Amino acid sequence: MKLIFDKSMPGRRGVMPAESDIPVRANLDSRFLRSEPAALPELSELDVMRHFTALSEMNFGVDSGFYPLGSCTMKYNPKINEQLCALPGFANLHPLLPQLSTGRDRVQGALAVLHHMDMLLREICGMAAFTMQPLAGAHGELTGVIVMAAYHKAKGNDKTTILIPDSAHGTNPASAAIAGYDVKTVPSDENGVMDIDALREVLDETTAGVMLTCPNTLGLFNPHIAEICDMVHDVDGLMYYDGANLNAIVGRSRPGDIGFDIVHLNLHKTFATPHGGGGPGSGPVGVCERLRTFLPISIVRETRDGHYYLDYDQPEAIGYIAPFYGNFAVIVRAYVYILMQGADGLARVSENAVLNANYIRERLKDHYELPYPQLCKHEVVFSASRQAKKGVHAVDIAKALIDRGYHPPTVYFPLIVEEALMIEPTETESKETLDGFIEAMIEIAKLAETDPESFHAMPTSAPVSRPDETQAARKPDVASLA
Amino acid sequence: MPFIANTDDQRREMLATLGLSGADLFADIPDHLRCGSPDIPEGISEQQAAQRVGDLAGMNDTDLTSFLGGGFYDHYIPAAVPAIVGRSEFYTSYTPYQPEASQGTLQAIYEYQSAICRLTGMEISNASMYDGGTALYEAVMMALRITRREHVVVDRSVSVIYRTILRSYTTNLGIELDETAPDNGLPDRRAIGDILANGETAAVVVQNPNFFGCMDEFTDLAEMCHEHGALLIVSAYPIALGLLKSPGDMGADIVTGEGQSLGMPLNFGGPYLGFMATRKKHMRKMPGRIAGRTVDQNGKDCFVLTLQAREQHIRREKATSNICTNQGLCALTAIAYLSLLGKEGLRKVAQNCAEKAWYAQQELLTIPGVELRFPNRWYFNEFVLELPTRADRVIRRLLRDDIAAGFPLARYYPNMDNALMVAVTEKRTKREIDFLVHSLENAL
Repeated sequence: MKLIFDKSMPGRRGVMPAESDIPVRANLDSRFLRSEPAALPELSELDVMRHFTALSEMNFGVDSGFYPLGSCTMKYNPKINEQLCALPGFANLHPLLPQLSTGRDRVQGALAVLHHMDMLLREICGMAAFTMQPLAGAHGELTGVIVMAAYHKAKGNDKTTILIPDSAHGTNPASAAIAGYDVKTVPSDENGVMDIDALREVLDETTAGVMLTCPNTLGLFNPHIAEICDMVHDVDGLMYYDGANLNAIVGRSRPGDIGFDIVHLNLHKTFATPHGGGGPGSGPVGVCERLRTFLPISIVRETRDGHYYLDYDQPEAIGYIAPFYGNFAVIVRAYVYILMQGADGLARVSENAVLNANYIRERLKDHYELPYPQLCKHEVVFSASRQAKKGVHAVDIAKALIDRGYHPPTVYFPLIVEEALMIEPTETESKETLDGFIEAMIEIAKLAETDPESFHAMPTSAPVSRPDETQAARKPDVASLA
Repeated sequence: MPFIANTDDQRREMLATLGLSGADLFADIPDHLRCGSPDIPEGISEQQAAQRVGDLAGMNDTDLTSFLGGGFYDHYIPAAVPAIVGRSEFYTSYTPYQPEASQGTLQAIYEYQSAICRLTGMEISNASMYDGGTALYEAVMMALRITRREHVVVDRSVSVIYRTILRSYTTNLGIELDETAPDNGLPDRRAIGDILANGETAAVVVQNPNFFGCMDEFTDLAEMCHEHGALLIVSAYPIALGLLKSPGDMGADIVTGEGQSLGMPLNFGGPYLGFMATRKKHMRKMPGRIAGRTVDQNGKDCFVLTLQAREQHIRREKATSNICTNQGLCALTAIAYLSLLGKEGLRKVAQNCAEKAWYAQQELLTIPGVELRFPNRWYFNEFVLELPTRADRVIRRLLRDDIAAGFPLARYYPNMDNALMVAVTEKRTKREIDFLVHSLENAL
């Protein structure tokens, strides 16, 4: 479709601001001014609505259909969350208001949301305190690793290394490295979980901590996890819980009880806030008792008479990691979701997420290679290795699914599974939807046997066929300049 | 309201297929690692949640006449912006890993990148960062990678919020942050020149208009930086760019900023939008997602995420950044806003801001004892007043009249007890400004 800039018609106006009601005209020194206006498009409001409506029609969301993108927890986003976070009492609130003298009296409802969320997440995760500030999952990781560094610095520990399993999300090693740590990779054992003997070999006094998802990206809960926590604590390392996969165990097991010291959550996964085509997310970080003083500035606290205030008096804090109090509107959405779920609802979330994933595992295991056949949690990872022998790769299966009305699973991740197809159905999908998807996958597996050639043209029903990614990277065209 | 579709019968059927009981689903978690039901309240209905959370929203006071800014502004949001962003094909999708199913998001990002380049005068933009502060931190890290140096100059006229973020992120790294004192509100060229002369500086960080609202022209500073092998990083206010000379035209190497003003509500601090743009030669050092235009198998124009070899999911610990989920929907908001206002509309918003702020400034300065803290400077839509008394007391008095008069700089700067920073957007009317002047006069 034409770019919005190419639809521009000189002289056409969209939304024009009112004429100023001020009697004077500012006379700005021309050396500060641009010689001509920035080359933005000139369009009517209707032109713009049609352009973006047409774009939206070329997009697949959870509301469009099944979206089993592994490790991303693409569950339904309840509409009431959208409505409530947009209330003027939240949306129009300036973040500097509570920093004015008596200003906090004007934002008690907003501070209450932040404080209630802190309390709810503590209880759900078994942690001593949360900061709501991190703006996404990876931002939470970085915050958590900086907290880890502050702890070791305060204790005078000389720690240089963070250990990460080979099945980890790429953000884990990237976050550790950006915070100044060396990264060592720990291999998985034959059952797909962190190899405890390999861990023992690399674990030493220089180990600052271990970052893990549990269950991991294969959807497997590590049976040795408590022992791993003990081993790491024995060298005064800290255990970091990447909450990307919390949907598997929410309401049933708590990272704090398992022995984790730091946890980040992805509110846009477990707690049903929209993924927004790539954000905004929200990545609150929880810590155990001995780390709470390191949490970033500021923290919402409650006075004895039930008023809320922002506490800036945190001498050991790691400083400021976000401009204010987090992605507040995302936090409001997650708050509404947790209120509606309650304790009972959360336990049913994980139960159905796990049931749905295992149902797919059982019904597809004869049709696709299943490298780790045991009970899984919220997601199941197949391999397209059998189909690949016929020339049909994971990416081809993905494209075939698009033609059958499904968003593909995550492909080629985790890296330790060849031709990986990582499927996470989530609890909000019904058996009929899963059955439809399973039938499509079986049909695709058969087609791979009988007519592997036919995959090369797929998808045929999408707005575009397969893009030339090589050209995109070799001759980058990343902006239309005026 | 657990939002679960499977009926009890279906669950039984599915468990039978598995040959398991419900309890077996969690049999892989050792008994002692399982918890009872978390001690949180029982779930409530949608209607009850609407009531309860609606009550909390009602406890916040949004009827104030606000002159608060500090980098975060109360601009008018056209109704068509939320109408576009509220289309669930956009907001219920994720990062466009499958381009054929995500052309809407990808083209919108490409258009957003293009608009950011056109505004800032740069050649390449990424698909967004979290906010203006973290974008500035990423720009500093990028400058260190490009120059292979470890020393950075940050002027204190740059947002104090961004500077504190920058310090928090870099404490464990071997990076030297040198903060320079402004000269009457603007970066002191001589002081910065002396530091640059050492030839060890990776970048100089400035802001326009700066935290105090002062406008500047950085062409001289860019030349000084380049002479000594350093980069110039400019943090910009995108609404002001409707009127002001672009950082690119001044010779900046990396431009970042807070994009909240491009159609996003204040939201009590987020979600906001960090933008980042640079010169083409630095493309492969840039962090974050980037959408690119290419062709499909049939030669048709289409869009993909590109240059991914920089990113964490490929490069892991050697990536340019750990960022994964960014602010995709906020970038969509920004391109929707910029498209609706268009070339002339954005210029007009900027002009209204500047004029109303000019009027407010002139009127406030008629009050005896009220002066500009940084006299003889040019301002866009924010300025700092020196009051004859403590600013926080005055603010408290005016809050009783439901006016948020501005921000007391003493909160972040020593020896600025009487300094009041006032922001004016196009939304403020003459009557509201006159009311501020009147109330302030009475309060002194």
